[in-house]
Amino acid sequence: MNTNNTTSTHHEHRDDAARKMGMWLFLFTELLLFGGLFLVYSIYRYLNPEDFSNGSHHLDVFMGALNTMVLITSSLTVALSITAIQKGNKTLALRLLAATIFLALVFLVNKYFEWGHKIHYDLYPGTDLFKALPPGEGLFYVLYYFMTGLHMLHVIVGAIILAVMGKYIKDDKITKDNYVLLENGGLYWHLVDLIWIYLFPLLYLIH
Amino acid sequence: MNHSIPSGGFFDNEGKPAWLAWLTTTDHKRIGLLYFYSLTVFFLVGVILGLLMRLELINPGKDLVEAQTYNGLFTLHGVIMIFLFVIPGVPAVFGNIALPLLLGARDVAFPKLNLLSWYLYIGGAILALSTLLVGDGPPDTGWTFYAPYSVKTGTNVSMAVLAAFILGFSSILTGLNFLTTIHRMRCPGMSWFKMPLFAWALYATSWIQLLATPVVGITLLMIVVERWLGIGLFDPALGGDPVLYQHLFWIYSHPAVYIMILPGMGVISEIMPTFSRRRIFGYKAIAYSSLAIAFIGYFVWGHHMFTSGMSGPARIIFSILTFLVAIPSAIKVFNWLATMYGGSIDMKPPMLYALGFIFLFLIGGLTGLVNGALATDVHIHDTYFVVGHFHYVMFGGTGFAFFAALHYWFPKIYGRMYDVKAATRAFWVLFTGFNVLYFPMLVVGMMGMPRRYYDYLPQFHLPNLISTVGSWITVAGLIYMIVVLVKGYRKGATASANPWDGLTLDWQTDSPPSKENFDTIPTVTEGPYEYK
Repeated sequence: MNTNNTTSTHHEHRDDAARKMGMWLFLFTELLLFGGLFLVYSIYRYLNPEDFSNGSHHLDVFMGALNTMVLITSSLTVALSITAIQKGNKTLALRLLAATIFLALVFLVNKYFEWGHKIHYDLYPGTDLFKALPPGEGLFYVLYYFMTGLHMLHVIVGAIILAVMGKYIKDDKITKDNYVLLENGGLYWHLVDLIWIYLFPLLYLIH
Repeated sequence: MNHSIPSGGFFDNEGKPAWLAWLTTTDHKRIGLLYFYSLTVFFLVGVILGLLMRLELINPGKDLVEAQTYNGLFTLHGVIMIFLFVIPGVPAVFGNIALPLLLGARDVAFPKLNLLSWYLYIGGAILALSTLLVGDGPPDTGWTFYAPYSVKTGTNVSMAVLAAFILGFSSILTGLNFLTTIHRMRCPGMSWFKMPLFAWALYATSWIQLLATPVVGITLLMIVVERWLGIGLFDPALGGDPVLYQHLFWIYSHPAVYIMILPGMGVISEIMPTFSRRRIFGYKAIAYSSLAIAFIGYFVWGHHMFTSGMSGPARIIFSILTFLVAIPSAIKVFNWLATMYGGSIDMKPPMLYALGFIFLFLIGGLTGLVNGALATDVHIHDTYFVVGHFHYVMFGGTGFAFFAALHYWFPKIYGRMYDVKAATRAFWVLFTGFNVLYFPMLVVGMMGMPRRYYDYLPQFHLPNLISTVGSWITVAGLIYMIVVLVKGYRKGATASANPWDGLTLDWQTDSPPSKENFDTIPTVTEGPYEYK
């Protein structure tokens, strides 16, 4: 993000450290955004331990575990893609990036079936079934939808960012000597992964 | 181009039409000015709303507006003043304009992101103001959007809350930009402890913006989701906990109080040595106290909830922590006073506003301790004493620091000087009006008058009458100040590059500075305020 200065006579220095620092700072804000939800989750879990336990028994651990595997693998492929571009292998970098985006789509499809299954059984806010649930269990599902929904939004945004990075690699805007944008995209993707790694046990595993 | 307005330096549009050159600029000084002009408009809207509230309160009973309208008035006055003026205020305007100049840099680290922050700010502002015009009337919850009322009222709360969310995002990006700028773009020789104190204040502020704002972001989203889906995150009838909302809200909004005041304190730390012609006293103490205020500020949010249901030990701990904040604040005040001691003080308008700041902030700060003490807080909670207290801090503190910064950097920004004598007179009108307006609130609060009502008991009449008269004097002072500055802008005498004999780098370049700020990037060898 240099100044787009046409009249300037001196050349602008690219400061990769600054760009990376900016990204890390942004990731802190993302952590705190989810941090608010984790706080609400822990307090309501403390207040309604049994209802939360009942709620989490109805989540599909297999689907959750599968999606965890998918995301961790995608973090690997994006990291490999960065290494590939650092070594100047454009084709491999693009392929690995495509694999990452493919895995993001797999995650979303899984999520679609998981949510769809619950919605099929009227397990969402507003239905009679939902209103009949004990308040604690209702809160659990509300937080389940809210947290995984917000995470899903981040998966979509992350996939779009990685797609743009792919375009930049194609256009040689990201190269062997200038790959900080891809690194930042990768950092964002790792964050998406990291948050899921906390969501999975909190929602699916702890009973 | 009209020759009667400032030109040259960064005002040169480089052949583009003016509107295009301004709306697509990535120059930090122009973005600062974009913030300044838009902020001023919203500030004046807030002032008018406040004026209407005071007019309603001139007599007991209904004078001007219905109770419901009054609820909308104080909510919008709060939302506009807090989110559109006080929070962005000093950092977005003077941080943007002065920070790269003070650091000897050509711009901030991410100029395009900087422009995006302004567009987000404008987007949020439009959303906030349109709650007046569309939907089922302006929100009537107060600027704190307390649940469960905020999830039940039929007024336009969702939109106002989304506006606050977007404004928060804008604030985060500014903080991120400044942090990276301060870390990476200080000129050669400028070590951390040769950095001007305004930069230190912005550094501390930016961390708060970055780490506290996301929490209120997610909290406000929860309010919106709760309203739209009819679920019970905070509504006790559906299993939620309204006190949890208050915690989440103040986890951000108390640190946000320091987002508001810290940059103002930074401005004062620039003005004190310049107008005392003396090296600042306790440079490191002032720098560290900014960080200390930012740090302690995270752990005091509970003092907003002493009466809302919190355990005894929690209240005692929050009260002690609150008292701790007074220590770094007092360190600053004593250091400013020590800087003036033995100096040759020059009572120009920036210095007057800075002294005004110290006086008003002192009253605001000390009344804050009355609120922070458990025994007294129970009696004054939700009274006009609290209203008086935070106006002394927010308007008397941040507002006066904003005006101080404006009078200080005005000749640097525009390359012109305002009428110093007239500006001095405007200060005295404003300062007098301010105290006539807000001091009676402290008194009537002690007498027991609750806040947020459009009506009051007859025994509170006299202080309210005085306060309303004070609001007219304050507005007269504001108008006078604006007239003086606009005159200076249009017809003021050309200002030299360094009219105040400042030693910081911002005064070592042209007025107005060129787009690049400096012909060659300066090198620094000594501290920022080495008056000999």
